[in-house]
Formats: sequence, C-alpha cells, structure tokens
Amino acid sequence: MTGGQSADRIPPSLRTEALEQLLIERGLIDPKVLDAIIANYETNVGPLNGAKVVAKAWTDADYRRWLLADGTAAIKDLGFIGVQTEHVVVVENTATSHHVVVCTLCSCYPWQLLGLPPSWYKDPAYRARIIKEPRKVLSEMGLELADDVQITVHDSSSEVRWLVLPERPAGTEGLSSEQLVPLITRDAMVGVARIAAP
Amino acid sequence: MDGIADMGGTAGWGPTYPPRIDEPVFEQPWQGRAFALALVSTRLAGWNIDAFRHALERLDRTAYLDDGYFGRWLNAAELVVTESALLAPSAIQARARNLRGERVEEPPAPEPAKPDYAPTAEGSLRTVAAAPAFAIGERVRAKNISTAGHTRLPRYVRGRTGVVALIQPASVLPDTNAHFRGENPQHVYTVRFDAQELWGADAEPFALTIEMFESYLERAV
Repeated sequence: MTGGQSADRIPPSLRTEALEQLLIERGLIDPKVLDAIIANYETNVGPLNGAKVVAKAWTDADYRRWLLADGTAAIKDLGFIGVQTEHVVVVENTATSHHVVVCTLCSCYPWQLLGLPPSWYKDPAYRARIIKEPRKVLSEMGLELADDVQITVHDSSSEVRWLVLPERPAGTEGLSSEQLVPLITRDAMVGVARIAAP
Repeated sequence: MDGIADMGGTAGWGPTYPPRIDEPVFEQPWQGRAFALALVSTRLAGWNIDAFRHALERLDRTAYLDDGYFGRWLNAAELVVTESALLAPSAIQARARNLRGERVEEPPAPEPAKPDYAPTAEGSLRTVAAAPAFAIGERVRAKNISTAGHTRLPRYVRGRTGVVALIQPASVLPDTNAHFRGENPQHVYTVRFDAQELWGADAEPFALTIEMFESYLERAV
C-alpha cells in the first residue's frame, strides 16, 4: 500500500510536498498550474456565484420561473455551468416546504455555484445522518423547523447537482439585486440555514 | 462497493455542528496543494472522475478519515499515481522520509501504465437512443446489488421502493467507467423515497430523493 495507507504515518503536509516534488522532477507538472488551480478556488469560484443566481431569481419573476423549470439553462445564462456543475436542479424553500442537499457517498457539490464544499458538508456525521434524521440534524446545526414544514432531502449520487433557492426574507422588498447578493449565504443555498432579514 | 465511503444511515459519528461563516477554502496550505495535485494527477494518469471516486472509496478507514477531506484526496492521488505507475509504490513515502531528515533510498521511476481508455466527450452527460424504461410517477425498487467494484447505489436504498420523480439527462455509468470498461451511458432517474420506507415506522417524517442509474432499478408492483 502507499504511504497514506501505511502504519508508519507521515504527516499529510510532508507527503503532499513529496508528491509535488517527485512529479515536478519527472517533468510531469508545473507548480504554476497548481498555484492557478488553488487561486481559482480560493478567489473566483465561490458562493458569490450562487448568490447572484438567487438574487436574480428574487428580483426577476421570469428568471425565477425559468430557473425552477430548467435550472441548467438559466444558470448557464449567467455563466456558472462547468466542472462539477454540469446539470443543476433548483428547488425552492418556502414557509411550508424545506429542501436540504447532501452527498452521502462522497461530497458532490455544485462547485461552480458554491465553490468547494464547507467542512460541515464533508463531515461524516452530516453525510450519515441528514438522510435519516434531517429535522434533528438541522436543529443541531442551528435551524429549527416547525412541525408542519415538509422536509425533502436530496442525496447527490450522480452528476446532477441541487441548488436551494432560499426564501427571500421579509423587509427586503425595496432592495436591488446588488443589495441582496451580500445577504445570501452558502449555507442557505444548501438548505441548512435560512437567510436572515438585514 | 460496500466500503467506508458509503456512510448514509450509519451511526457512531457524533453530532453535527453549526456552520462556520468565515471558514477558509483551505485551512492549511498543504490542503490546497493536495487538492490541486489530485486533480492534476488524475488527468496525468489518464483516469476519470469515477475512477478517482473509486480510489477514494478503496482507502482504508485510517486513510479515509484521519487527515480529513483533503488528506483523503491526497491518499487517493497517491493511489492514482502509483497504480498508473507515474511513480513507484514506495516513492512518495521514501521522499517524505527524506524530507524529514532520514536518509532512505528512493526507487527508480517505473514505466507509466495508463489505462486503455478515452472519454467519448467532455463531462459525464451523454445521449441514449433508447427511450427511458421508467416513467415519472412509476413505482420502482432499487435492486439489492452488492458489488466489489464501484457503484453509486448506496446500501441504504437497496431493496427499497420509491417513485420516479424526474428523468434526468443520460449519463456515463460510473460502475463501468470507474474501471475503464466503457461509458455505457444510461438514463438517470430522480427517485423519491418516503422516510418510513427507508427507516421504518418510527422514522422522522420526510421525503428523500436520490439519482438512480437505470440498471439500478426494477419495476415495483
């Protein structure tokens, strides 16, 4: 087995450095390519993209209908279809219907819309339990749902990705799309939080 | 396969926790390097996303869990580069030990052995000439299949009956693509299960949807 499987455990930081050095010495990679990938996911690809989709849906009724009927096409229109986000289904959270997304088998997530998944999404406890006791898990995570709210959990087992369109908070009727974007959180677009009124 | 990665419904993980709003993408620099190395290594080896996911699920418990998500990616990247013989099996270990001040001999570079495989198109979505076998609203049962290879049919839905909610675009079948045995594109169905069907009469009331490839399903009466 490889170093990662061995009983003689070397810290991952050192094994990462070893792997990178060896691939560079073999002439197989350019460290600048790695730098570019890291920078892309640290700065360009993140939940701001998803927030733009949600804000547009909140302020443009035609776009909202399109997004819910054909999420992939409506999101492609804003330029956020790509790696790990090939086909998107958008579901709407309301006062009586709540959607929440998971990937029990790994951590599939709509990278182009929300960036790389947060630690709670990758946590074994979330992956194992949200599909069995979602109301309890959401409560542990800080979201209390009334008894009459119907919960639907979406397990992302294929390349289909799910995006939650959160409920627009009261008191934001006068805000523009640009003013709404900063209010929209990653956690609400996965379905483990609500968006608070400003 | 019925491995550590198939976590749905398993117990013993403790509580979940509230999200951290200001969490960085990579908590430590090595995590970003490991993430990028895994992406690049998979491409260099001529592997695909399904083969990479299968590498993840083949890790043992320690390699899967102990260094977190990016540690898991690093360990899978090691499997990718060693199984495709871009590096010798002991090369990373030896180099890492030398980096921490030991003096061990490093193995010579092997002859790369990429899989005999090429995707027919970008991404995973494909077209399938045959009509979908199942219709929206139809009752279907997830087959009770336990395979030693890769699958996206988790244990917790096997043998359970649900209803087809949506027909999704056809897609490469991970079960064969992960092993370079062909893309075998299939229709994909979003199947809706009732919580009580999955977890018994005392389950919390809720609905669950999951994407099922056509060969995972059979008609339920």
